[in-house]
Formats: sequence, C-alpha cells, structure tokens
Amino acid sequence: MGFAQAVGGTRYLFPDLKTLLARATPLRSGDVLAGVAAETAAERVAAQRALADLPLAHLLAEVVIPPEVDEVTRLILDRHDAAAFAPVRSLTVGGFRDWLLSADTAALAALAPGLMPEMAAAVCKIMRLQDLVAVAAKCRVVTRFRNTLGLPGRLAIRLQPNDPLDDPRGVAAAVLDGLLLGAGDAVIGVNPASDNIETTLRLLELLDAVRDRYAIPTQSCVLTHVTTSLLAMERGAPVDLVFQSIGGTEAVNRSFGVSLALLREAHEAALALRRGTLGSNVMYFETGQGSALSAEAHHGCDQQTLEARSYAVAREYAPLLVNSVVGFIGPEYLFDGKQITRAGLEDHFCGKLLGLPMGVDVCYTNHAEADQDDMDALLTLLGVAGVNYVMGVPGADDVMLAYQSTSFHDGLYARAVLGKRPAPEFEAWMQGIGIEAASGAGLLPGRLAPALAGLE
Amino acid sequence: MTVPDDRSGDRRGGLNRSRQNAPDDRGGGGGGLNRPRQDMPVAWSDLRRFTAARVALGRAGNGLPTAAHLDFQEAHAKARDAVHSALDVDALTAAVAPLSVLRVASQAADRRAFLLRPDLGRRLREADRAALPVAPGSFLFVVADGLCASGVQQQAPALLAAAVPLLQRAGLEVAPVVVAAQGRVALGDEIGAAMGAAMVAVLIGERPGLTATDSLGVYLTLAPRPGRTDAERNCISNIRAGGMSAAAAAEKLLWLAGAALRLGATGVALKDAQPATPLLPR
Repeated sequence: MGFAQAVGGTRYLFPDLKTLLARATPLRSGDVLAGVAAETAAERVAAQRALADLPLAHLLAEVVIPPEVDEVTRLILDRHDAAAFAPVRSLTVGGFRDWLLSADTAALAALAPGLMPEMAAAVCKIMRLQDLVAVAAKCRVVTRFRNTLGLPGRLAIRLQPNDPLDDPRGVAAAVLDGLLLGAGDAVIGVNPASDNIETTLRLLELLDAVRDRYAIPTQSCVLTHVTTSLLAMERGAPVDLVFQSIGGTEAVNRSFGVSLALLREAHEAALALRRGTLGSNVMYFETGQGSALSAEAHHGCDQQTLEARSYAVAREYAPLLVNSVVGFIGPEYLFDGKQITRAGLEDHFCGKLLGLPMGVDVCYTNHAEADQDDMDALLTLLGVAGVNYVMGVPGADDVMLAYQSTSFHDGLYARAVLGKRPAPEFEAWMQGIGIEAASGAGLLPGRLAPALAGLE
Repeated sequence: MTVPDDRSGDRRGGLNRSRQNAPDDRGGGGGGLNRPRQDMPVAWSDLRRFTAARVALGRAGNGLPTAAHLDFQEAHAKARDAVHSALDVDALTAAVAPLSVLRVASQAADRRAFLLRPDLGRRLREADRAALPVAPGSFLFVVADGLCASGVQQQAPALLAAAVPLLQRAGLEVAPVVVAAQGRVALGDEIGAAMGAAMVAVLIGERPGLTATDSLGVYLTLAPRPGRTDAERNCISNIRAGGMSAAAAAEKLLWLAGAALRLGATGVALKDAQPATPLLPR
C-alpha cells in the first residue's frame, strides 16, 4: 500500500510506511547519508501531511521491518497492549498529536504499554520542539535501586569519571570532584578505556568501596559489554547495574554483540544479586540515532524511527536508566547544534512516552558544528522537559572518550535555574556531610577523606 | 575491540564507547595526598595531582570561573581549527624526503563533504586511480589527513623515518608513499588494491580532543581491497608528543606486519595472538 499527497500543485507518492516516515522526518545528515530523506522541503511537508492523516492503527498493520527477519519487530508486536491502546485507537497520527497536547500525566502513563515505538516516532515527526517539551514534561517515570529517580522537581546527574588509562586514582579524583559538585545521584558510572575483565573487576571494586565508605545512597556501574558484566557477576564482583548499548534492529544489536536472549540472561543475573535496597531496576542502556546506519543495519528506515524502536528493547528489562548519547555518534548523522538539539528532544520525548526513565547525554564531538552554547540550550530545554538525568563530566571534557558532555557545573546550573533538586536520598546525604559549605570554602568535607578512595 | 576506535572518524560500531589505546600524558603520577585524618578537611585543588581531567576548577556561583571558562574555549578553538586544517603536501613531501611521494585525493571535494559523506572519503578520484603505479607485493604507506591534517603534518614524517628502515631491514619492499587529501581509513584499501600492495598502513589524523589536537593513528590491513571491514585491520593509536612515540609506534608496526604475514591476516585473528600489555600503570 502506498500514500499520496499534493503540495503546491505537485503530487508526491510514498510507496510504503517506512518511506513515508523517513520523508516526513525533519532534516538530518544521517537520513541524507542513508538516501531516505525528503529531497525538498515541499516533499517533506507533503509526507508530514500524509502522515498526519494516517490512522494510528495502521502502524500495527504495516511494520517497517518484517518480523520474519527481526526479533525487535517480533518483540514490539508481542508486547503491544491493545487495552492500553484503546483510548487512541480511532485517532489519526495528527489527531494523536492533539490528544497528547491535551492529555494529563495519568492518561499518558496508562497509554505507554499500548504504544508501539513507531507510533511515538510518527507523531514526533509532526511536532515542534515546544510540543516535544510540553508533552514530555507531563510524563513521569520513576525508578529505584538505592535511591529514587524521576520524581517531580528532581534532576539527577550521572557522575562520569572516565580515565584514559583506567587509573583508579584518576577515577577516584573525578568521583570526589563530582560529589563535591552535587553529581552522582543517577549513578556513578565509568566508561572503561578497555573491555578487559581484570580492569572491569578493579573498577567495580573501587566504585563499590567508594560508595560504601562514604555511605552514598546511589548505585555504581562500569559501562562494559554485557558479556563482561556477566563474567564479573560470575566472579562475585559488586555489580549494581548492568550496562549495554542497544539499537532498534536485530542486526544493529548483533553488531553490538547482543540479542534479546542475552540481555534477558544479564537482567536475570543482576536481579538475582538483590543489591538494590529501594527497588529492583537493575539495567542501564545507551542508545543513539545513527547507530543502525553506522552498522549497515537500518533496513531503509530513518534513524529517528529506529531510535524509538530501541526503546522497545530497553523497556523489556525495566531499566533504572536509559539515555541517548545524542551528539556522540558524529556529524554524518547529526550535523550541527540544530540537528543535535532536535534529536535530543525527540529521543527524550519518545522514550518518556513509551514509559522509560530517560536521560540524555547532552554532548558533541569536535568535528560537529556545535559548541557549548548549543549544549546550554539543549540542557535547558531538556530540564524544562523534565529529563530524569544528564551527565556530569569534569569540566565538560571527557579525557577518555575525547568528546564534550555536560559538566558538574552544568548540573548545578540546570538545577538552580529550573528549581530542581537531587534525588531525595542523595540530597539528604549531601546535606548530612556538609558538601555545599565545604565546596564553597574550596575544601573536601571531612567525611569525604580522599584516603578512603585510595588517594594517598 | 580490535577495530579502529571512534577517533578515526571511521567508526562503524556506533555506540561502542571504549578506547583501545590510551594516552600516557599525566605528569607527576607519583605524587599523592598526605594521609589525612578523617575529620580534617583537605583542599579541593589537591585532586588535580591524580588526573589530567578538569577537576577542582572552582566555582563562580554555579558556573565556571572566568579563567577556567576561557581555558576550555581555547582548547575547543584549537580542536576546531585542527579539524578544519588542510594538509600542506609540499611541506610534507619535503619532510619525508628522500622517500618519493604520490598525491591523490578522495571523492570528497571539500571538508564539508568529507564530514557529511564518509563514503566519499573512502573512494579514490577516478583520475588518481588510473595514475597510480603498480608495486606488487610491496608494503604501502598511505598518509591521509582524516579528521586532523595538522596531526598528520606533525607526526607522519617522524613515523615514516623510523618505520621505513625497520621494514626494509626486515626484507620488505616499501612502495612510494601515497599522500591522500580528504581521506578516510578505507581509502587505503582501494589504493593498495590498485597498486597490488601486500599490505597497507594508513597514517591518519585522529579526531582532536580538547587535550590532544595533534594525534596520529595507524591502521594496518593485509591484502587491501575495497570491501575490507574494520574488523580486518589493526590499529595503533595516539601517536603524538606526550602519547606513543614515533619510535615505539614503528616497532609496533614492524611487529604487527611480521605477525600479519605469518598469520595471513590482520584484524581480530592477529589481535588474539598479540601478547597482552599491562592495562594499569605499575
């Protein structure tokens, strides 16, 4: 089945749903690179009009990747909750946008299991930034491990103390710096420079010792491949959260070395450790537009639709944290600050609508047309949109991954201008040890003795 | 992982955010804090001894103090200029003399096209392919600007000067050096195939970070031909002042070339046979 739409005296034809979705997507370099983008602005708006008139239920009938070749499609179809979908079943995509703008928090929460990722992606393509912010701000997704994340009026920060040599002292120094600046409630999470198991074990032990000795109500994570985390758990290492990069097709997940079955195995292993004190959300996922194209695993789909499909993978495992690494993948996918900004808000919106505890790595690489001003704008917009967490990197400069993310200072800024506070358990801990007064005086509080983190 | 890391700009794995080769650029690593009494506050600035990361920057309200803010802006400006720097082929030719140099270009016409269309940076201009000489069975160096021409300009001559005599002494025939403008790693496959080279080492500028804006990477591929994947290459990364030295990189390249010829492969298979290196400083 195809779709047709006239704009300005020209009749545009779109042979199938995935083509319609791709042509309707606001311009970004990755879709041009994939050869799926609209060729003119008029073609794009024709596709958006045709998409707006499409019954939402059509997305259940015509899938973008056949279930025979893709386990993510099968997962999406298997998990669709028809009863939850009922309130919007009779709407078009355009009517669904109007519904979302009027819906309240409870209605949005009830709808999440009834939505396919492609429905979130479709409506997203006919929404402005303002719409993406307004609807996401009404979504609430609360998760728990050793603290409570996603509550209204709260903004958490992942403390990202990466070190180019995986040197425990470099990691520990960055952890202390972040704690002093209010970061670490989302997770203290290191990207190791190496996937080596011994390094992973050492970093896990370091982070767990720091958390335990300072009695911080938070969780730690070494963001290594899921198979390395499984090995670490077999060896009795203190694994709070299991991390994995995921994508929206079976083929891109294969390129990451994972499958749904492997993720299920890791989820069950982490649950069995029973390390969470307040809740059992034990998974941490990262995603990002462009990953499927970069692995030649995109099946002719646009990158934003595939990104939304990765959230169907994520929600299968009740994660504590999910974030897009929006500006990390490179300018061939998101060229400049404008494209990164829109993609960051799209990813946050789609994830929240599908019921995920979304954070965003507000970031850019040095070969993208972006700078700190772009990051300030996106961070502020996401804060208004109610993002669950953002990253905290010393001075915004990740010396291991060689890209720029948000700094600990940026987290303080966002909380201050938006009237947000850290996760409640973490906030009480900060107050208890006098972090604010000490950092104001240029000191580490007595109870954050560096020796306890191995710095001596 | 054995494939080139993300800083080549040719990253295919998308999200796999790890880095195989790491810089060793911190000074004073042996320093340490005096053992504190646990109730005695320690100066925040003491954390700087342990890391090259931007820790203990202080606060101006919730923001960065002016000096720290401008330090960052300067580092980013240098990185941006490095990305957009152009290769001075005449100067490079003079610097690598007496090695002879052949000039080619990819199908990416300019920097913008190079950044937006990685596929064009992997393909040789038609006229250039026809003009390449054959050098059957040779060891071929391709020097490409990649994401940082200034890094190539600074590091490639020293690496070639160190590596070429080592390879020749080991009995390998070294082909004329090919210098490629707007080139990505896989461009070496097409050049190597056209010349009939046994093996190609692509010397390429790595994506600049805020601390290292002049870093060179080397990607070694046995039996180059279009369609080779990154899993079929071995990478030596972070060659720069303060990182891996040209001499150390040349020794490593010689080791990899010998192992590749013995195994009949580069990439994953070769990586598995490599002796493990210590991951943490002693």
